Amino acid sequence: MHKLWASVKKESLLLLRDAGALIILFVMPLALIITVTLIQQGSFKTLSNAKIPVLLIDHDHGSVSKGIRENLEGSGSFDIVSEKEGRLLTEKEARNEVFSGRYPMAVIVPENLSEDLTRKVQVNVDKILKDVGIGEDSLATFGDVETKEIRLYFDPATQLAFKSAVKNSIDKMVSELEVQSVYSLFQEQLSDSVALLSQKSFLHFKEIMPVHGSHELIPNATQHNVPAWTLFAIFFIVIPLSINLVKEKGQGTLVRLRTLPMPYSVVIMGKTLTFLVICMIQFYLMVAVGVYLFPLLGLEPLQVGGKLPLMSLVALCSGFAAIGFGILLGTVSQTQEQSAPFGATSVVILAAIGGVWVPVFAMPVFMQFVSGLSPMNWGLNAFYDVILRNSGLGTIFPRLVLLLVFFVIMVGISILYDEKKRAV
Amino acid sequence: MNATTENKTDAVVRIHSLSKKYREAEEYSVNELSLAIPRGEIFGLLGPNGAGKTTLISMLCGLIRPTSGDFTINGWSYRSEGEKIRKNIGVVPQEYALYPSLTARENLLYFGSMYGMKGKDLEVKVDEHLDHLGLLKYAEKKIETYSGGMKRRINLIAGILHSPMVLFLDEPTVGVDIQSKNVIIDFLKAYNRQGATLIYTSHHLIEAQEFCTRVAILDRGQVLTEGTAQELISGVSQARSLEDVFLSMVGKELRDYA
Repeated sequence: MHKLWASVKKESLLLLRDAGALIILFVMPLALIITVTLIQQGSFKTLSNAKIPVLLIDHDHGSVSKGIRENLEGSGSFDIVSEKEGRLLTEKEARNEVFSGRYPMAVIVPENLSEDLTRKVQVNVDKILKDVGIGEDSLATFGDVETKEIRLYFDPATQLAFKSAVKNSIDKMVSELEVQSVYSLFQEQLSDSVALLSQKSFLHFKEIMPVHGSHELIPNATQHNVPAWTLFAIFFIVIPLSINLVKEKGQGTLVRLRTLPMPYSVVIMGKTLTFLVICMIQFYLMVAVGVYLFPLLGLEPLQVGGKLPLMSLVALCSGFAAIGFGILLGTVSQTQEQSAPFGATSVVILAAIGGVWVPVFAMPVFMQFVSGLSPMNWGLNAFYDVILRNSGLGTIFPRLVLLLVFFVIMVGISILYDEKKRAV
Repeated sequence: MNATTENKTDAVVRIHSLSKKYREAEEYSVNELSLAIPRGEIFGLLGPNGAGKTTLISMLCGLIRPTSGDFTINGWSYRSEGEKIRKNIGVVPQEYALYPSLTARENLLYFGSMYGMKGKDLEVKVDEHLDHLGLLKYAEKKIETYSGGMKRRINLIAGILHSPMVLFLDEPTVGVDIQSKNVIIDFLKAYNRQGATLIYTSHHLIEAQEFCTRVAILDRGQVLTEGTAQELISGVSQARSLEDVFLSMVGKELRDYA
């Protein structure tokens, strides 16, 4: 115990006197979490406050194009542009504007869309009424009406998620306009015999949030970002820890340590305990920033509630996993030129496959499987279980065990590697 | 002159047919080497580059495992009583083997703690040694601010804090100023007078001749000769110094290796 305490004290002194390591461990993660959350929050504000300019080329000039314009303007997200330098834009000009990146998208409403839609609906309504014996024989037949298409142009640099959201919205809008036309025509034809038809949608959806006590747990950018980037920061401990081990080889202190009357595991445990304390300080700093600093910056505060003990447990186990990885990397690396870039890159890869940036469900099937092997995925899901899914210890326990087993395996391999090196 | 003194009585280190072949090496670095190092000696291991000195010391200190053979230190076998051996040996490696960002005192307190020393006893011991080697007033300075000679002296203290019965010194005076070298040599002689056995490697044959009570000349992983400097000199015709003996045994050709 005395040797372990001396090791912890030595490691703490080494860290406190390494300004670069302190910056990596404390300043960078805080800068990261504040920057990322501010940017994400800013994106949401852009969508809701600053409108996205959209070119609308109206070849229809009818009720449908009017409805599209009103719906787009009414959404509050788009600023509709149809003219340039005092004259109406053509489809070709609109396409050039969009493909050159000056506008994110253009909507082209085809000629006679309203008229053809009315004709198509009229034919269908007449047929139905005639079939049920209400319609008149003298009704004209218009023959088949051609399918119409509303053309969309997107800036090639536009993100897929944005394109997908806009396409879905326009599709829904056009469907609603079509349904409204049907209702209106029925109303017109049957106005003498039936009461006014309700054109309001019958089906709606409501998102039900998890509940903690009497409060709904409403996810926001902060609830996602703080655990994700906290985990990222915890795993960045791999870099200073591996450098610490590599330095001991270069300085020759490892040679002296190996001749001491104590197992190598004491050295490893000394480092583990010291860096574990660092991990927990990082975690509490990140939480404090989320809870206290974010509201001052106009961001959503992190809602911790009574979950801090479970969150601390997740941070602790994640810290063990990160330290295990750092110890292995430092043990097998011979130079800082090996350990530092490899450590940084591998943490970024672990974060990517762990779902820090892209949700796991959105990954290809193979990558979803790979993601399940990333300790950062176990930690992230445990954090989300606690913060967003309101889960208890029972739910996160398997993930915590995985993180601890990962630590044991990493340290075990390190000790075996060290033993093997002595038998060269 | 006696090529192998394996059976010498009261040998603190007994080496029997010890061999080491590194995994990717074509030849043995230490090859069937047998040697007995008497208790209380300052024993010099001399030899050209690649002779096997550092490999031999590394095995005796437990840094690497022998390929074959056996050795004991104070009767303890390295195979079954490694812990006892490690408690009773001290190592002064050729590298400084110190933490540059820690002060001299912090370094020494840490390494002393690792030998199980603690409290006032450790602090007193650290101060005593720092004082003897003229470093007490620099005790609170970081090692990175020390000169080469000062680092060598701290490196030495780190190896003897726990008063080991056998002290391994790998080129302990390399690259130091003459004043530091004299202080180190005097300190080691004083330590030897307390009963400790010193096992020392060096390329400085004049220093070895003055410092060591016995020497062994190694080459190609084997002991070529062993005895007091005077015994070795008198055994080679026209030799006036240990250097003459050395050159007559290992030759004058360059011994570069990689």
